[in-house]
Amino acid sequence: MIEARSLSKRFQDKKRGEIRAVDNVSFTCSPGRIYGLLGANGAGKTTTLRMLATILEPTDGTAIICGYDVVEHPEKVRANVGFLSTATALYPRLSAQEMVEYFGRLNGLDEATLKKRIDDIFNRLDMNSFRDRRCDKLSTGMKQKTSIARTLVHDPPVMIFDEPTLGLDIMTARTITSFIRECRDRGKTVIFSTHIMSEVEKLCDTIGIIQSGKLLAEGTLAELRAKYGEQDLEEIFVKVVGPLHAQAEAQAI
Amino acid sequence: MNFHAISVVYRKELTEWLRDRRTLISTVIVPLLAFPILITGMISLANVMVNNAKKETPKIMIIGGEDSPQTLDTLRAIKDLEIVPYAADWKDEISDKKIRAAVEIPKGFQASLDSNTAETLHIYYYEGEVKSSIGADHVEKSLKDYRDEMIKKRLEAKDLPTNLVTPFEIKQENVAPPEKVGGASIGSFIGYMVIILSMTGAMYPAIDLTAGEKERGTMETILSSPVSRLDLVLGKFLLVFSASLTTAILSVTSMGVSFAYMGHALTANAGNASGPTVHMNLGLTSVVAVFLMALPLSVLFSAVLMTIALFAKTYKEAQSYLTPMTFVIVIPAVASILPGVELTPKLALIPILNTSLVCKEIITGTYHWNSIATIFASTCVYAAAAIFLAVKTFQRESVLFRS
Repeated sequence: MIEARSLSKRFQDKKRGEIRAVDNVSFTCSPGRIYGLLGANGAGKTTTLRMLATILEPTDGTAIICGYDVVEHPEKVRANVGFLSTATALYPRLSAQEMVEYFGRLNGLDEATLKKRIDDIFNRLDMNSFRDRRCDKLSTGMKQKTSIARTLVHDPPVMIFDEPTLGLDIMTARTITSFIRECRDRGKTVIFSTHIMSEVEKLCDTIGIIQSGKLLAEGTLAELRAKYGEQDLEEIFVKVVGPLHAQAEAQAI
Repeated sequence: MNFHAISVVYRKELTEWLRDRRTLISTVIVPLLAFPILITGMISLANVMVNNAKKETPKIMIIGGEDSPQTLDTLRAIKDLEIVPYAADWKDEISDKKIRAAVEIPKGFQASLDSNTAETLHIYYYEGEVKSSIGADHVEKSLKDYRDEMIKKRLEAKDLPTNLVTPFEIKQENVAPPEKVGGASIGSFIGYMVIILSMTGAMYPAIDLTAGEKERGTMETILSSPVSRLDLVLGKFLLVFSASLTTAILSVTSMGVSFAYMGHALTANAGNASGPTVHMNLGLTSVVAVFLMALPLSVLFSAVLMTIALFAKTYKEAQSYLTPMTFVIVIPAVASILPGVELTPKLALIPILNTSLVCKEIITGTYHWNSIATIFASTCVYAAAAIFLAVKTFQRESVLFRS
């Protein structure tokens, strides 16, 4: 369960002054459902998800994850969250197994549980062939699987994916999307961000459209179609973000 | 603070660190091999040079002296000298190392001796050129012997005692025990090396574990794990500190062995030539004491270097920040080696310089407990402040996610 309450993040920029990267965003994600955060580059998706993962601290507002406040108990929140993004790389000099073990230990798993968990995950993701290979010698697909294993080792009830398929080839991207579905089917709360419409259409139970740090529209695909009178998600997206996007572009110039 | 988490972080960083080839080179191979090679190289080179210079028969030219055959004969009779015929460009020949020195006998020198009017003999040599100095010294010594002989003859001729012109003798005697003679000369050097090496040992992992982690994109990964930032920074710090200590210990061990060899070589050399015997017996206690003094300093370096490197986004950027830091650390360490810089209550509060100075004293066997306590305590305070700063910096988003 994720509950964002008026989540806000402001940065100070030397040239542009105060930037509201995320501005008063509230939403709820429920277990067994996938929440998709849709937005253009720089819309505030990454900042929102980083605040949920407690990598960044909100300037105002907060979020409650599995009953823990991200500001008050960030370590408890992280123990309940699996966070995966294209920026979360692997340690090049550790083997795939060591990488997963490290995160299991940081999550406080005892050695017996850790071994059982790792054997289970490595079998399920078909990773045994490169178990002892160093991460810098893995292919992109193997790296993604290792990253997935890393987020799963402590069996978190909440999964946060920040543009997980960015820059991946189709086959690797499919590993990720099928993994996201599997998380939902196991009853986990899933939130992920993307700017790819087709991914959202295929995966999401609830869609949130974000632009300039503001959550502009929210609902199931059917609800959004009804509200904006468009069938195509891209058209809906343009209708929602259009005015603000133009404003943002003008400011940037 | 969670000790289990700190040890998990530390063990993981250690595994990664040991698998890095650059580590092996900078922490193990360089300190282990650099000193033996450097020191034995220097010794053998110095030995070869000195021996060559000693073996060589210096070529000396005599200018003038046609009317002073006695002096000429004396010069010609000097052992291990080769007298070459006069040439007008003798100055150039000295510069070109064709001859080592030239002696000028002024006109009417013999006559001036007989008439008791003092004249001056000039020895020309090339300052800074060892072989030229050796040649000139050799000539000067022989001429002085000749003069002493002359004095003796004159006194005898007048029936006067020899001690008329030398009412008393002067001789310098050393009272310092042999190990302190060696200690004073290399003591300052050992303290200095321990300080410099504990810094260079910390430098590479300090960058690798902070800016390196950002560059490889693993910073966000580790920050998403439940480990608290305090435990994370402490685990990383302990690894940097270990690296710093390892480098310092390995270096001093290899330095000790090299010095022992050098002492042996120099003593052996001094056996067949005339020169003071050099003792290099460093007490194990004093070396251990130096390490204990350097311990808080090593903590200070590790924490400061990590804090600075954390601001960088890439490895290269961190290197460019830390290179000037090297000077900040080297300068006070060098200042302590300068002759005449002594430990005063004020200097005892200046980090690096104080430790370097007290190490110099410890190596020579002098323990001033008051200043040792002051220095240890003050460095501990600085080190604690540096760790605090590192922890605080690690909690700043603007530093971790600087764009």
